[in-house]
Amino acid sequence: MGILEVKGVNKRFGGLQALGDVNLSVAENTVHAIIGPNGAGKSTLLNVLVGKLIPDSGSVMFDGNSVLGRQPYEINQMGISRVFQTPEIFADLSVIENVMIPCFAKRDGAFRMHAIESVGNEKNIREQAEAMLDDVNMLDKRNMIASVMSRGDKRRLEMAMCLVQEPRLLLLDEPTAGMARADTNNTIDLLKEIKEKRDITMAIIEHDMHVVFSLADRITVLAQGTPLVEDTPEKIKGHPKVKEAYLGEAAH
Amino acid sequence: MLGLDTKDTRLLIIVAIMVMAAPILLNPFPADSAMAQFNAGYPDLMQRFVIFGIFAIGFNILFGLTGYLSFGHAAFLGMGSYAAVWMFKLLSYNVVPAILLSVIVAAAFSVVIGYISLRRSGIYFSILTLAFAQMSYALAYSVLTPITNGETGLQVYTNDPQILMGENSPNVPHLFGIEMRGTADLELGAWTFTFGNGYYLAALMMLLSFYISLRIFRSPFGLMLRAVKSNQNRLTFTGVSPKPYTLAAFVISGMYAGLAGGLLAAMDPLTGAERMQWTASGEVVLMTILGGAGTLIGPVLGAGLIKYLENIFSKINDGILHQWFAFMPDGLEDFMVTILHPFIGKGWHLTLGLIFMAIVIFLPGGLVEGGQRIGRLFKRRKTDDASSATTKPAE
Repeated sequence: MGILEVKGVNKRFGGLQALGDVNLSVAENTVHAIIGPNGAGKSTLLNVLVGKLIPDSGSVMFDGNSVLGRQPYEINQMGISRVFQTPEIFADLSVIENVMIPCFAKRDGAFRMHAIESVGNEKNIREQAEAMLDDVNMLDKRNMIASVMSRGDKRRLEMAMCLVQEPRLLLLDEPTAGMARADTNNTIDLLKEIKEKRDITMAIIEHDMHVVFSLADRITVLAQGTPLVEDTPEKIKGHPKVKEAYLGEAAH
Repeated sequence: MLGLDTKDTRLLIIVAIMVMAAPILLNPFPADSAMAQFNAGYPDLMQRFVIFGIFAIGFNILFGLTGYLSFGHAAFLGMGSYAAVWMFKLLSYNVVPAILLSVIVAAAFSVVIGYISLRRSGIYFSILTLAFAQMSYALAYSVLTPITNGETGLQVYTNDPQILMGENSPNVPHLFGIEMRGTADLELGAWTFTFGNGYYLAALMMLLSFYISLRIFRSPFGLMLRAVKSNQNRLTFTGVSPKPYTLAAFVISGMYAGLAGGLLAAMDPLTGAERMQWTASGEVVLMTILGGAGTLIGPVLGAGLIKYLENIFSKINDGILHQWFAFMPDGLEDFMVTILHPFIGKGWHLTLGLIFMAIVIFLPGGLVEGGQRIGRLFKRRKTDDASSATTKPAE
């Protein structure tokens, strides 16, 4: 039984079957990649997982609780953090504040009227955030305004913001989309480092095979809204169905 | 001190000294000099400075921190004024119940209006708040005449109940006997300084408001509000529900507006629907942006500047202009007066508009940014001096 269980999920947009009978199980402490060509339904599936879309039928269970119909912040409070295609950070705030906000969210929940306390007196939160920044080698940048950093650093910061909450599942939505090769490799190294350092479950939606094969423990191949195969990277590499899905008829 | 760090404590102390000494600081010109018309140190005007300062401080908690631009905050100010005058009519001229009720009424209405308006963000939020404010204005102006006294405006009549009114109670707003209109004059040579009771009550309320706003800015709550402005999407995916935060900010700023309205009534116990009009809502937006949205002291400066222009520029007339340019040849004098005529008197809005444009274009951070730039200029000069001093021996 995996920590994330997707069972029989269907989603239609008008005449288009975006997801058809998707079954997926992500086991704890593994990196599970979901790949597929453009239009395979990867993003739709992700939006279902984070509560942005409600499927027509089927269930999505996280640790025994349904995530369907919940607000994104409730899903986060259940223990799912999300990394976006383009880093979503608090661009006007300093790096340390960016990391302190998730710490507050973890400690205080979705809302707390803590208007009289001072951020300056929250020593635990600050230490927690600084330790996290140290972990991703960004401690020297803590007082920088986040918007002036390089794209690679923004990605690193977003990762830190997710990891500091110690999520039980980290969702990554094409973390290397639109990146140059060097940036892509940096991101892969960062993810590998994270995977080695801590027990973490990750689900990666990705287009780039290179990223997937160097990280994933298991891979699900999605095509036209349905999972084709699910297996280890080694087996997926040579799988005829995968070649067909990615390369079309020409592969025969 | 008071739960603030040293920098904020210093700021609070500076503001407190300025506010307390305002009757002297704002009266730099001797009473019978030609420049005396630029003096702002009389209670009526100073009350406006601090009361609209409170209004703008509160507005800044919503707009400056969360980025939600309300175009209807004058509605809460107007409700506060009506509530206060009703307290005068029903109980007595004591300002304490009046001010308390004005804050409570504004809070109650801002919960409802905020809850509905905050279902949308951006321009739609602004339009919703504007719509609510205009509805309130229209209701106060006509439909609710029994409560608001319509276009005549609400005031206290001699046959009002005033059940707590004692035999010797003053017949004007007072704080346990201290009359709001009471003043003490201090004559020093050519200068006359007037210290008004009402001003000092309003000034103390402003300092309290400023202190609370300081605490909010530095709190985790304030951090969350800034996060709402910066990236609401990230905030929800970080496990925070933005809506209660924005609603809390909306209600707090509504209460500030109610307090300002209550104080306006406490200074002068009558009110009318025009306090709720959209131009009044727009004015607080101008104040906040002019001073520097999202900064601590900016809104107070902006409120002061606008109220100063409104009261001083609008009093300059052609006669005064002729006096100023009397040294010029007649033709040139008339020419100068004709040129400047649209910018003074009733045309003070034109001056305000030009100043506003200049600030938005050249100083997007408002007056506070201007101050910071000047400060930096001096610092750079100092460090230049210091570095040249240290490099000299090396030569």
